[in-house]
Amino acid sequence: MSEWEPKILAVLCNWCSYAGADLAGVSRMQYPPNIRVVRVPCSGRVDPLFILKGLQSGYDGVLVSGCHPGDCHYISGNYVARRRFAVLKPLLEFVGIEPDRVQFSWISAGEGERFAEVVSKVTEDIKKIGPAKRLVKGA
Amino acid sequence: MKELRETVKSLLTEGKVDLVIGWEKGTMPGASTPVFIDTAEKADSLIFDSTCRNNLSVYFTKDRRELAKDDKKIGVVVKGCDSRSLVLNITEKQIDREKVTIIGVPCNGVLDMKKVTGKVDGKEILEFTDDGERVTVKGREFEQTFPLDEVISDSCVTCVRRDAVEHDLFIGEAREPGSDENAYVEVEEFEKLDSGERWARMEQEYSACIRCYACRNVCPSCYCNVCFVDQNDPQWIGKSPEITDTMIFHIIRNLHVAGRCVECGACERACPMDIKLLLLNRKVAKEVRDRFGSVTGTGLENKPAMADFKEDENQDFIMG
Ligand code: SF4
Ligand code: SF4
Ligand code: SF4
Repeated sequence: MSEWEPKILAVLCNWCSYAGADLAGVSRMQYPPNIRVVRVPCSGRVDPLFILKGLQSGYDGVLVSGCHPGDCHYISGNYVARRRFAVLKPLLEFVGIEPDRVQFSWISAGEGERFAEVVSKVTEDIKKIGPAKRLVKGA
Repeated sequence: MKELRETVKSLLTEGKVDLVIGWEKGTMPGASTPVFIDTAEKADSLIFDSTCRNNLSVYFTKDRRELAKDDKKIGVVVKGCDSRSLVLNITEKQIDREKVTIIGVPCNGVLDMKKVTGKVDGKEILEFTDDGERVTVKGREFEQTFPLDEVISDSCVTCVRRDAVEHDLFIGEAREPGSDENAYVEVEEFEKLDSGERWARMEQEYSACIRCYACRNVCPSCYCNVCFVDQNDPQWIGKSPEITDTMIFHIIRNLHVAGRCVECGACERACPMDIKLLLLNRKVAKEVRDRFGSVTGTGLENKPAMADFKEDENQDFIMG
């Protein structure tokens, strides 16, 4: 019998985290195959609706990752995004979405190894909390 | 009341304003209705008391924007929370400060009619009076008086800025803001519950929502030309009152008014299903205050919190 495997939506910014994922790939680093990547131009492009829509349509978790503060390709996109996420995360927890269900990280283009580590960590966390039930359509 | 009427009359006769938005007595006991006063004679219908529940700043945004577009000078009567909406809308460049005359009135809280009817066991109220401290209701074969404090909206119970934070004129003497130390007790209590319990409570509360959007429509901070719930390409959320769609609507609406909600409670009072909407608004307001040190609509020079940032800012929610 196969163990349940979570499906995780990874929303990555083009300039840093997506490149970080690419580096992890070309360096043949091992990380869990649970993520489905959506590439966005900037973490500032991440509308909270993307995250909620992800949970609603059956993802068990969401990882959003962008450039480290100070490294944004568009200068301040990630600063604005950070404020947005800083309110979104506690609000989601407040309404009863499990804290580890939605996670945020900064990963640069050079941090392939960190990318692999983050994906492993998020996958582990979500395995621990189990399949998403709250906010899921038709649940 | 007299001072308010006289003030508005002289503003109109001296040509300082072309129009004043205020409240007049409504058709039901305990209700008021917004009124547009454009001649001095009409000013005699103006009132201000605990029945003045609407946040009149809403007339400066949304589809009523035209009002502020032409060269009319508009006066508006405001409570503390309404004035904060104006300030927010001015900082968001929706209103030209020069063109609006802000008339503050001393607020002691506005009625939660459910609390009033609760006091009289749901009996029909035919007459209502309010002296600023006590309210008296009369019906067939009964008359009852109780302290106003016991029947004001939840939003007012914890309100610490009852008088206009920004005004050109004030009827009476504006009081200084109080301390907001205890403003978020209810939020803190809810935070103590475990995650599953919180979700269960939310589901229970919001499953009553019929998605009428009255909460959005009365809100002066909610003024997008096309709201995401009305958008159908892409259609972000389903239109049915299925709990997941309803929750997403409310979560996103709260995020859209993050750092922009003045906690006036107009949304909660407009809700025909009596949903306790302010709990989420307050959670967000508390985060905005604690994380960014910002209290919405309290200063014309402050940028709305979500349109601002500092490079060095608390990011405890980002994975280490
Ligand atoms: S929230 Fe404050 S200012 Fe607004 S009606 Fe209530 S007491 Fe008055
Ligand atoms: S969300 Fe509700 S409490 Fe906040 S400003 Fe709008 S109407 Fe007022
Ligand atoms: S006013 Fe009440 S019922 Fe209507 S959409 Fe808002 S929360 Fe739902």
